[in-house]
This record gives sequence, structure tokens and C-alpha cells, in this order.
Amino acid sequence: MDLRNPPEASRDDVLEKLILDADGLRRALTRIAHEILERNGGPHDLILVGMRSRGAPLAHRLSSLISQFEGTAVPVGELDITMFRDDLELRPTRPAIQPTVIPRDLTGTTVVLVDDVLYTGRTVRAAMDALLSFGRARQIQLAVIVDRGHRELPIRADYVGKNLPTARHEQVEVRLREVDGTDEVVLLGQLRSGTNHA
Amino acid sequence: MRRKDVLDLDDFTADELREVLETTAAMKEVLARPIRRVPPLRGKTIVNCFYEASTRTRVSFELAAKNLSADVVNITASGSSVEKGETLVDTTRTLQALGADMVIMRHGASGAPYLVARELEASVINAGDGWHAHPTQALLDLFTVQSRLGSIEGRRVAIIGDILHSRVARSATWGFTTLGAQVVLCAPPTLLPIGFADAVNTGLRAKGIVTACPVTVTHDVDEALRDADVVMALRVQRERMDSGLLPSLREYSREWGITRERIAKARFGALVMHPGPMNEGVEISPEVAYGPQSVIEAQVTNGVAVRMAVMYLLAGGRAGPAV
Repeated sequence: MDLRNPPEASRDDVLEKLILDADGLRRALTRIAHEILERNGGPHDLILVGMRSRGAPLAHRLSSLISQFEGTAVPVGELDITMFRDDLELRPTRPAIQPTVIPRDLTGTTVVLVDDVLYTGRTVRAAMDALLSFGRARQIQLAVIVDRGHRELPIRADYVGKNLPTARHEQVEVRLREVDGTDEVVLLGQLRSGTNHA
Repeated sequence: MRRKDVLDLDDFTADELREVLETTAAMKEVLARPIRRVPPLRGKTIVNCFYEASTRTRVSFELAAKNLSADVVNITASGSSVEKGETLVDTTRTLQALGADMVIMRHGASGAPYLVARELEASVINAGDGWHAHPTQALLDLFTVQSRLGSIEGRRVAIIGDILHSRVARSATWGFTTLGAQVVLCAPPTLLPIGFADAVNTGLRAKGIVTACPVTVTHDVDEALRDADVVMALRVQRERMDSGLLPSLREYSREWGITRERIAKARFGALVMHPGPMNEGVEISPEVAYGPQSVIEAQVTNGVAVRMAVMYLLAGGRAGPAV
């Protein structure tokens, strides 16, 4: 979730570059699903927790891929980290809270946190803090579709769909058919002011 | 929600009420976690300032604040400088000087929290002022009805009992009608406030809310119960006998008490509510209060989640622009 650079109102000034199309996204998820199974020696004691909003559908997709490969369903949770954010005080109004659903006690499980974009790492920090309320997981791992760099905390991903070097003023959008009606990853770079009028 | 205080529901828009109800649902989930503590009010100091007796409201505000990681200080009139004659405004200024970020106030005088809210930079939440308003009680009533019946709009809510002295009835009337429900106020003629229904109907039109006759008044309990989706009984205080407003509790109970026979006149499956504390056998019979239609216990449970939602939403609003 890239809340610090909200999408601009005027799309005319924005240059959009396709990073992954629907097939590319599918292949990345398939590889991540295999990597999760390989690293953890199978689907046992695994739980996939998607961070709202786009991590949740991604976690469900990974779960159904894993059950295709292994014949065993992996439980999926959905986590809202709003109340654990470290920038609440910087906002004029309190953001809306989405429901959190964690299907079981996490004690002894391996949790794979799933999100669309890894950027500063602050969302992941908040998510780990939030997970502690649901029991002591044996291990927490992180899966993301895009790692765009610019970390502000000592956090790294265990499973990455694509490493994408970016500039801070650029934005990465992971669009999913469940939310956006289409599957693609794009890089949005703003044209310098004035160039679009040239 | 962009406001400093929550003093009554008369100045709430329908969207603000919905925001509180949605946030309350999220807070209920927090309360179901093995560890019921979230950090959004970390480092904030909340003062619970109760000038009137209360169990459920005070405890539920305190639990709500602690679940949000705030520091809580409790003040009651007895044992504080109030006994030495300190005025309300002076007490309040002291609280501010001590660093209170939010003041929860219960006071016997209608309007007292408004005076305090004007004096303080801190947020003020009215936890009941005289006969005037009790907004968080009304919000938990709205939440309870919404979660049990699925919707509030178009519902018929009968509020039966001592409306005249009831801050719960006043705030609930504003809340339910703002969300598009009809409210019927039913009481003995001596316990019905003159002009309140008209004031709400006028106020709703000013807010742009158009429901046919949102608030009506009757003395006939059977008339009030007809087609009701929600029946809210109010406590009758024994003091009212002494002031001559009621001849006897037995007479009240016979004419206006909610019994099993009476509740059958409401819509099938209608919810039975009571803000507590109850006088069982007076305004409500025990078999109704503890019967299958009763949501009285759910009201108390939802109180913590509703107050968490209100505190969470109020704690924004005064910071600078978003980064």
C-alpha cells in the first residue's frame, strides 16, 4: 500500500509503464507459491495473511495455487493494519478500518504475510505488530509482488515477484481483477510540470 | 469524522453515524482477539470525569480507552476538589493543564459538557448530561439494532417510559431518525416532554432528512407497539412518585409496563432494549427482559466497541495536514 503518494487527480500528466501483464503476474504468483512450499517443506502449519486491501486477494490466489499443487488447503487471513500505523498522528482525520479476519490462533504456525508492494517497510512493521495479538507465530515470512526499494526499516521480503528499482516520486500500482477489474503491474512516473503542454 | 467533541447526536449527519457504526464493527473484531489491545491512542491521556453515579458507562469508557492504549484517569465528584467548592470550569482547566487529550464527562446539569467543551482544546465526550443527551448510549443502540436487524432505515422504534427525564430517549430519537427510522415516543402525559417531537421533526428537515412523520407521540402503549421493530423500555425512577408525576409504580406497570402479552403486539421478532439499570416488574417484566427477543445484554457488550470507535475517530482531527 503506497499511502504516502496517493494517485494524482489528473491522469493526463502521468506516464504509465507496464511492468507485468496478466500472464506475468500469474507466473510470478505460481513461482512464489512453489517457493513457499519448498522453503517450508510443504503446506503444513502454514497460514497466508493478506494485508488489506490488495494483499488479501493475492493471499487467496496463493492459497488456491498451493491447494492445486499439494491437494491441501492453506488457511487465509485478512489483516487491516490501520490502527498500528506509525503515521496516524500525521493525518487530519482517522482512516476507515476494514475488518480483520484471522481464522486461527497463530501460535506455532508459519505466517506468510502477503502484500502487493514493498516500499518503506512501515506497513510490514505495523502488520507484524498487529499479528502479535493473535498468538506467537513460530515464524513470519513476507511475500510481495513488487519490491521497489527505498526501505526505511530493517525489513526484507522472503518471496518477491519482481524487484523494480524506482525513484521516490514514481508510483507502483498492482491492479487485480478482484479490486480493479484487470490484472497488471504498472509504474507511474509523473512528467515534469510543463512537459505535457509542450 | 472531523469534529472536536461528541455532545449529542442532533448535529450528526447520517454519514457520520454510518462511519461510527462501521468503525464499531471493526472494534468488535478487536474485542474478539486473544489480546484485545490496539495502539492508536498510545501516549494520549483520557480523563473520565463523572459527577453522577454510573457503573456501565464509566467502566465501558475506561475499558474502551485502555483497549486503545490510552492512559486513563478517573475523577469522581466525591474525593476530588469539587468537594472543596471548585467550579466546573476550574476543574476542567486543571485537567487541561495536566495534559488531558480527551475528557469524558457525566454531569447532572443539562449542558455542562457544552460549557466544558467551549473552554477546552481537548475533545469532550458527553457521557450523559442531566435530562439532555447521552450520545454514546444512543450510538450503541443504533449499532445493536443495525447488527441484529441488518438495517435501521424504515424501521419503527417505540420508546416507552419516562421520556421527560430521559437523556437516552432524546439522543436515541435523534440517532434513529437521522438514519431514516420512525420513532414513537410513548409515556404517561405527565412524563412526555412538550415540543420535543416537533423540535426533532423540524431539525431533521433542516438536515435534509425527509421521512414521513419521523417522530410521533402517543399515550397509548398498544398504539406505540403496533408494527414496532424495536421496543425500548426506559427506567421509571421512584423519585417521580414523590413529585406527583405518577400515582404509583403498580399503576405505571399496569398501563405502560412491557409484558409478554404486550410485546406480542409488536412485529414478530421485534427487539427489546433497555438502557439499564432496570426495575424488573415495573417498566419491563423479567420474562421479557431475559426472553428471546431481549438484546439488553448485547447493548452492554456493544457499549465498549462503540466507545472505542468514537474515541478512535475523535483522536484525529486536530493534527496538521496529511504528509
